[in-house]
Amino acid sequence: MHAPSWLCIERRPLPSGRTILTVSVIAIVAAFVVAGIFFALFGVPPIEAYGTILRGALGSWHGFAETLRRAIPLLLIGVGLTVAFRALFWNIGADGQLLLGTAAATWVALFSGLHGPIVIPAMFVAGFIAGALWGLIPAVLKAKLGINDVITTLMMNYIAMYLIMWLIHGPWKGPTMRGFAYTDKFPPAAQIPTIAGTHVHWPTLVLGLVLAVAAYVLVNRTKMGFEIRVVGENPHAARFAGISQLKTTLVVMLISGGLAGLAGVGEVAGVHMRLLDPNQISMGYGYTAIIVAWLARKNPLAVIITALFFGILMAGGDVIKVSLQLPFQLIDVFNGLIMFFLIGSELLMHYKISLRRR
Amino acid sequence: MEENIILGLDEGTGPFLNTRRTRKKIRKIAGDYGMAVNPQVKAWQLAVGQQQRVEIIKALYRDADILIMDEPTSVLTPQEVDQLFSTLRTLVDDGLTIIFITHKLDEVMEISDRVTVLRKGKTIATLDTSETSKPELAELMVGRAVVFRLEKAAGQRGDEVLRVDGLQALNDRALPALRGASFTLSEGEILGIAGVSGNGQSELAEVLTGLRHATGGRVLLGDEEITNRSARAIADRGVAHVPAERIRMGTVANMSIRENLMLKSYRYRKFSHGMFLDKNAANEKARQAMIDYQISAPSDETAAKLLSGGNIQRLVLAREFAGEPRLIIAAHPTYGLDVGATEQVRQVLLKQRERGAAILLISEDLEEIMSMSDRILVLFDGEVMGVVAADEAKIETLGLMMAGTRQSGGE
Repeated sequence: MHAPSWLCIERRPLPSGRTILTVSVIAIVAAFVVAGIFFALFGVPPIEAYGTILRGALGSWHGFAETLRRAIPLLLIGVGLTVAFRALFWNIGADGQLLLGTAAATWVALFSGLHGPIVIPAMFVAGFIAGALWGLIPAVLKAKLGINDVITTLMMNYIAMYLIMWLIHGPWKGPTMRGFAYTDKFPPAAQIPTIAGTHVHWPTLVLGLVLAVAAYVLVNRTKMGFEIRVVGENPHAARFAGISQLKTTLVVMLISGGLAGLAGVGEVAGVHMRLLDPNQISMGYGYTAIIVAWLARKNPLAVIITALFFGILMAGGDVIKVSLQLPFQLIDVFNGLIMFFLIGSELLMHYKISLRRR
Repeated sequence: MEENIILGLDEGTGPFLNTRRTRKKIRKIAGDYGMAVNPQVKAWQLAVGQQQRVEIIKALYRDADILIMDEPTSVLTPQEVDQLFSTLRTLVDDGLTIIFITHKLDEVMEISDRVTVLRKGKTIATLDTSETSKPELAELMVGRAVVFRLEKAAGQRGDEVLRVDGLQALNDRALPALRGASFTLSEGEILGIAGVSGNGQSELAEVLTGLRHATGGRVLLGDEEITNRSARAIADRGVAHVPAERIRMGTVANMSIRENLMLKSYRYRKFSHGMFLDKNAANEKARQAMIDYQISAPSDETAAKLLSGGNIQRLVLAREFAGEPRLIIAAHPTYGLDVGATEQVRQVLLKQRERGAAILLISEDLEEIMSMSDRILVLFDGEVMGVVAADEAKIETLGLMMAGTRQSGGE
């Protein structure tokens, strides 16, 4: 790479916490600026648009509740993804793993015959297992046959999507739904309690916070976490040290898929109370969570903050749709820009760029 | 090969290549300097020595005035080195300037007219070769006198630790790399493995440490067969591995010195409580290791990638020798290190030998092999050419064996 002579590019030894934070903030600000151009093209002054998003997402209890509701699945999936990314497993399939979680939860709620207080825990367990198993398929394919994880995890999202569609149009179509492609409503025992007047299913939120801490401890304080980090940082050294890549890959996908499955349980049993069209359940949580995990720099605890940040954006997206008549997709554009600038900013983290003085 | 030579050049007329003219020019250059090559061979079919000749022709084809060679002899047999040197002399006679980068003092003395010693990126001295000596250069390189003859205690050979029997293995290109190698190694003994690189040494180290599958033969550690056991199982039985690629394989660049020291022992009871790591035990061990092995760094939190080559190797040795291993597989342990670190690594290995460890020393540095080993085994094309006692070994004999002449008699 040839840099012009007035630019000076030096490698930084190790980015400090402050550098990482500064660079991340610069990336986000850059995304805000560029996204502002799009708002301007729609005839809305960017400052007004951002003001509306912030007021809508944080300015009222109702708005904040919406933010929290969006942050819950992002938190669960994001935490799982940090673990997978640590081991260099590129899980792009959290959306599919989430959908499998919704299917498992629905089965427990409507068809398992379970009753009483056992139902909700059983749904979470089933959701975790379903998401984990769905995540294990690409993990086995990669570890055993060397098949690219990005492609398999991504493709399995579509399989999961059509599986849910088939369920709601076919065998699980609710008899009381007058021909709509939903399942029946979950019985009260299968509805996760929410904070009154909102969609904030707080037990899932608590679960997410606990798991964020647990994942942090796992990665940084345990033997398993040590193996995950070694595999992710240097697969050759892992092989040298006799650390099983197969086992590590399976474990991280068990965790990552399982947590996405839990997010799915929260969505069907805490928000919708039924299984419905995949696009209405997920709205791309699995993809947004990739950015959440990346912005958190693969630190599970930081996901608590970044999930909330993207919760604000998603809740704000609803607001600009209603109050400014802007398409919700602008938020997707915005997400894409953040990811773009984040990946671009990796260079800034590892290299110091300054103007050369003559 | 000819395509490699004209790579990046604007040759021929318009979009077309003038193959015939290219070929003629290559033949002329090759003929002038006694480098026999066939321009139409594919580059991958060439041996390393030949590939190097191609590189030289490539430079001459471009009418280079200055030829810069960085450690050009590390992959060559002694005979090939002689050939290279005579080529270089002809080139110099024709007015070419050659910058020859090496850390082998013998080569400096043999080939150069003037020598510049660099240390930590600074020019220390520039001397006429005829007016200097090896000890003087070594002193300039480290900044203090280095003892060349290693003080080596008399061998205390004990029980047999390793027995390798008809070992076969494939290389990364699925071609035979080891073709039935057999040898033994005892407590308190250093067996040097000499050979030009790419003759099965790295595959041997990998098979013995469980990183490569053996396709035939047996490996016995004491009485126990360890053929094709996992790397972990073999390490747990007291086999240490100083890998050739100490940065790529031996350390995790982004992890701290402490965590790198734990790379293998993190799961032992001494350093963990159940599923959790014992940070205090690791801290203590790291501090001790940094003192014992003179790893110089601000703290044990320093990332491995900030360490110098010598400190990285000290870290690897500290880790590998922590459990008092029975068998040590050391691959190119001093390659690329400065004279001071080299000296230290050798002393540490000799100390392990005195303790009773059996050491398999793989090195391209014949002088190192000869001064360190008790016995020397020469590998050529995956076969054992012979094993000789180090004090009886002559560099010429070893050179012949490295070039594929089988030693009669041997042990």
